[in-house]
Amino acid sequence: MKLKSLQVFFRNAFVAVLGISLLSLLAACGESEETTSEDGEVLRVVRIGHVGPLTGPIAHLGKDNENGVKLALEEANAAGLVIGGKKTRFEMVSEDDEGNPQKGTVVAQKIVDADVAGVIGHLNSGTTIPASKIYFDAGIAQISPSATNVDYTKQGYKTAFRVMANDAQQGAVLGDFAVKKLNAKRIAVIDDRSAYGKGLADQFEIAAKAAGGEVITREFTDMTKTDFTAILTRIKGMSPELVFCGCLDSQTGPMMKQFRNLGLMAIFLSGDGSQTKQFLTLAGDSAEGAYASSPGVPLDKMPGGPAFTEKYKDTFKQEIQLYAPYAYDAANTLIAAIQQADSTDPEVYLPILANIQHEGVSGNVRFDEKGDIKGGSISLYKVADGEWEYIETVGGGS
Amino acid sequence: MDILLQQILNGLVLGSVYALVALGYTMVYGILGLINFAHGEVVMIGAMIALAVMTLLTGTMVGVPPVVIVSLAIAAAIAVCMALAYAIERVAYRPLRNAPRLAPLITAIGMSILLQNVAMVIWGRQYKTFPQLFSTQPHTIAGATITDLQIVIIVVSAALMVGLLALVNFTRLGRAMRATSENKTIAGLMGVNVDKIISATFVIGAALGAVAGVLVAANYSIAHYSMGFMLGLKAFTAAVLGGIGNLGGAVLGGLLLGLIESIGAGYIGDVTGGFLGSHYQDVFAFLVLILVLVFRPTGIMGERVAERA
Repeated sequence: MKLKSLQVFFRNAFVAVLGISLLSLLAACGESEETTSEDGEVLRVVRIGHVGPLTGPIAHLGKDNENGVKLALEEANAAGLVIGGKKTRFEMVSEDDEGNPQKGTVVAQKIVDADVAGVIGHLNSGTTIPASKIYFDAGIAQISPSATNVDYTKQGYKTAFRVMANDAQQGAVLGDFAVKKLNAKRIAVIDDRSAYGKGLADQFEIAAKAAGGEVITREFTDMTKTDFTAILTRIKGMSPELVFCGCLDSQTGPMMKQFRNLGLMAIFLSGDGSQTKQFLTLAGDSAEGAYASSPGVPLDKMPGGPAFTEKYKDTFKQEIQLYAPYAYDAANTLIAAIQQADSTDPEVYLPILANIQHEGVSGNVRFDEKGDIKGGSISLYKVADGEWEYIETVGGGS
Repeated sequence: MDILLQQILNGLVLGSVYALVALGYTMVYGILGLINFAHGEVVMIGAMIALAVMTLLTGTMVGVPPVVIVSLAIAAAIAVCMALAYAIERVAYRPLRNAPRLAPLITAIGMSILLQNVAMVIWGRQYKTFPQLFSTQPHTIAGATITDLQIVIIVVSAALMVGLLALVNFTRLGRAMRATSENKTIAGLMGVNVDKIISATFVIGAALGAVAGVLVAANYSIAHYSMGFMLGLKAFTAAVLGGIGNLGGAVLGGLLLGLIESIGAGYIGDVTGGFLGSHYQDVFAFLVLILVLVFRPTGIMGERVAERA
């Protein structure tokens, strides 16, 4: 009697073990697999992809993003999330796109082949846009922490999201700021005919007109030029109150100088391409009084900023470079969607991600129907005593 | 009216630099029939060397008046560019002097790419800030403004051009250059050291280019490894416009191109009722070039030269 019950127990146990191993084999073909933790508990492993430039001139920014994702995953693992009835461990698969669009698509395919549940990346708009098609075709979510080009979410891909305000949102804030806060009615607009500069200038013009400003002229340059005296002289003849330029710092720097040399005393306003140290050094004394915007908020103004800064420093023994809080938020948003859906299957969690409400470090993460962040915040800065001084943040928060 | 005057001043500043660089193209073309595409890069190297010397000296020689530092920097830039141009001619052009004309043209383009990349490796991809050489306080003349530096650009360019014309027309070296330009073989038979004269032509052009590089970098307070490329192309255009091979033509072409660009950008919008904007600045400049070449294929001041056999 005793012997027989033991036999039954072993047989049952054998079937159970066989069943579990078969199940885990099946699961290994999906996005997750199971392992056994030290205390004998069944664990499921979910892979999350990260792509950014880990080599090359902006390698420090790519590594910064990777650290943000890493921190989010480590915290989720420490909290011991249970998804689909199983304790889940997140693992990062990180790839280097070198900031190169071509390499971006190659590593995107590699990430897809590695059976990730979702991707955080890429860093540049130029790599994010071509890679987004590959993620869309594979049906997995992509959340970019820092790509701001409007076209990224314009392609109609239900898998593409971003946690930073795009160039259209930035242009709208700038246009409103120019007319309502700086009280400029007569406005001249310059752009460099690039996707970024033209896009930003177009959105600025729409918003400025809507706010009651008058765009008196639209002037153009191109990215090879450093002489703007001709268009600035023309603008001066129209006596504007404000000049907006959708250009990068390598152009707005010298432009600012020629601006003052020509005796043009209008307010100078520009976008995030100019809200840099480089602009300050190139324009020198002429930079004084110039305004520019940048997506997001300065770290110390973020709701969870100070706490995150400390956590980051403790973990990585270095300072935050730039976009780490956004990468951290992007990763946490994805994890929250997976958790709420109780599934790592993109088909199940994607509709939930699209309607998510996540309280992040940089602010509240909610997406609109295109996948752009709702009410993404834009901060405004002014040059005072040769430094960028924070003025205010528009949008975001709530 | 003051707007027009301002645009003319803008055009003169821009044009003076084009003219200075165009002289380098036209001198070499006049003697060798070769378009030295690496000349734009020589201009860039001039700016970079001057910047490096200035940074070095302001760091080590405290208390030295800025004028001395600037002079030393320009002298260094001129010296390096002269040596560089000599080396380019010796390595990339002289061995191909009797080769088909396409071959040295290709080595010229190769030289240009090589120099750009070497500069990128040495000085990096970053835009560099060129120090302020003069006060930026603008002067107002009849409603138009001009800075000290812009006055210096016009005056220095004019002086160098006059100096070059005097050198070519009134000195022994100049006579040898003109002789070589007319016929290398006969000049050689007459006792002119053709190799030496050709080297001298390259070296003089490079010296002018180095000065132009420093002036451009100072004017926009920016230096970058790619700055010579577009400038070189514009200067080459100016040389063709004025009549390539002709020194006066290069000066005229440069000034004209500068004026066309600046007045074009300033008034295209008004003339066409806003239909065409300032992005047609370059289109306008090249349209003028095409028109001139259609009616005067040798450029404004160019003379008809018999095709070489």
